[in-house]
Amino acid sequence: MNLRNLTIDAARSAVAEGKISATALAESYFAKIESDDPKIGAYLMLSKERALTKAAEVDAQVKKGEKLAPLAGVPVGIKDVLVTKGVRTTAGSKILANYIPPYDCTAVARLESAGAVVLGKLNCDEFAMGSSNENSAYKPVHNPRDLSRVPGGSSGGSAAAVAADMAVTTLGSDTGGSIRQPASFCGVIGLKPTYGRVSRYGLIAFASSLDNIGPFAKTAKDAAIMLRTIAGRDPMDSTSAEVPVPDYVVEIEKPVKGMKIGVAKEYFGEGLEPETRAAIEAAIQKLAKLGCEIVDVSLPHTKYAIPAYYLVATAEASSNLARFDGVRYGHRANSVRSLSDMYRRSRDEGFGPEVKRRIMLGTYALSAGYYDAYYLKAQRVRTLLTNDFIEAFKKVDAIVGPTCPTPAFKPGEKVDDPLAMYLADIYTVTANLAGIPGISIPVGNSKENLPIGMQIFGKHFDEATILRLAHAYEQAA
Amino acid sequence: MKVTEKDVSYVADLANLELTEQERTRMVRDLNSILGHVDSLSELDTKNVAPMAQVSDRFGLDDSKQGSERFAYASRDDVHEGLRKSLPHDVALANAPDSDGTFFKVPKVIEK
Repeated sequence: MNLRNLTIDAARSAVAEGKISATALAESYFAKIESDDPKIGAYLMLSKERALTKAAEVDAQVKKGEKLAPLAGVPVGIKDVLVTKGVRTTAGSKILANYIPPYDCTAVARLESAGAVVLGKLNCDEFAMGSSNENSAYKPVHNPRDLSRVPGGSSGGSAAAVAADMAVTTLGSDTGGSIRQPASFCGVIGLKPTYGRVSRYGLIAFASSLDNIGPFAKTAKDAAIMLRTIAGRDPMDSTSAEVPVPDYVVEIEKPVKGMKIGVAKEYFGEGLEPETRAAIEAAIQKLAKLGCEIVDVSLPHTKYAIPAYYLVATAEASSNLARFDGVRYGHRANSVRSLSDMYRRSRDEGFGPEVKRRIMLGTYALSAGYYDAYYLKAQRVRTLLTNDFIEAFKKVDAIVGPTCPTPAFKPGEKVDDPLAMYLADIYTVTANLAGIPGISIPVGNSKENLPIGMQIFGKHFDEATILRLAHAYEQAA
Repeated sequence: MKVTEKDVSYVADLANLELTEQERTRMVRDLNSILGHVDSLSELDTKNVAPMAQVSDRFGLDDSKQGSERFAYASRDDVHEGLRKSLPHDVALANAPDSDGTFFKVPKVIEK
């Protein structure tokens, strides 16, 4: 079976109609991963036993002529920050090198209940901290579109696996752009849902008020199917919202004519590469041709987003990562002198440089004497940034702009300069601070044939509108 | 330079990190570079702006309800037993670096 551009519906239909068994489909993906992944590095671990058990279940249903679930037999990959019962989960960190979770992440469990076949765990920056996947403690990921480039981060493996047809669709996590930015760099679709739309139960916490789970896909419809499957209230996460989940697959077919699309000048300023700007402007013209009304809006506090984000995110991270102490799970240093020596050395040996840097920055921002000036200040600015969006959304249905200032960069370009790496997240962190949904869709290529992504922001809990625009754009392109 | 070597040692202590000599030097440089950028926040007058710790208390709630009523969906009645089984001992201890089968084992806490 040709795996190139295989969508959820195509894969499911092939299985349902008996053109291929779910088992054979999973096996073809494993064969593809074995042949292609050594040069890409998307997978950290394959879960063959789990996948083949699930595939056999689906095959038995097909044989009996039972009604198949929406993802029956569809091979998926899971970012390694989502825990999987009995399948090693590392978060890309040495500190969890041998961690076998005793439970399943809700989003993963929901995918499997819908028939999905989990192929394995995908590479990422350590604890989802990074924008290039160079912070994985195991191996870098190479961009399938150009192996000399980074795939983006932190969900680099999740984006690369979809781009290289090593999974039909995947799950990633987005705390400051970690789904949208790698989707943009690898030329696929990446959706960060509204905060609270998808349960975070079983997502290894980085920054709890900013973390989201979301899908990578080849089409807007696949992203819609994935979101419909994983969204909705979960008693295991008190921040998961009790807001009804629409049928996104129906929603995306509705017309976009007459929709008001905001364009914020703050997203087209200094630092935006001309080629990227041109591609986004052309994409906006396409939306206008589809009958959308393009409206100027302003998000005046945008330039304060990166400093506010890196204070809030690291403060929360320093608290969340305090649990890694070598007591109940994870790495423990050998021949320690005392309990506190054990904590320190286990953490020193287990965490990589970027994770230590963020723990230090967050601890500093929360420490006595600096709390008001840094952490509290950042939280107040977070309110301003959120209010920017609330005001803009009084005038428009969605806001569009670039996902990233440049296409995929080369490894080593920014890794020694943390500030330069952080600034690459300038257009994505705002959605996390405000909690709004955002989607990145491919809208063209640079002269060097690198993908360029356009980002569409929506109102809180209005993923339907941004998916609809993504779908309309895709159909017209 | 705002952050000194001494600050880095103090903060590392709070964060239960040791850090090598080399890591400390690098950390002084990196924290100063990042905090230098962060300083732009002081341009904003936020005296009358409420801090925002999370998103869930502002969005996705039933606006016709007041106070904690708005979060009633997130709570449940107290249940003494039968809500959800705890992990069995062997499962809870399976990832422990060291255990005696009943408890997690750690080095001596109280020094002589």
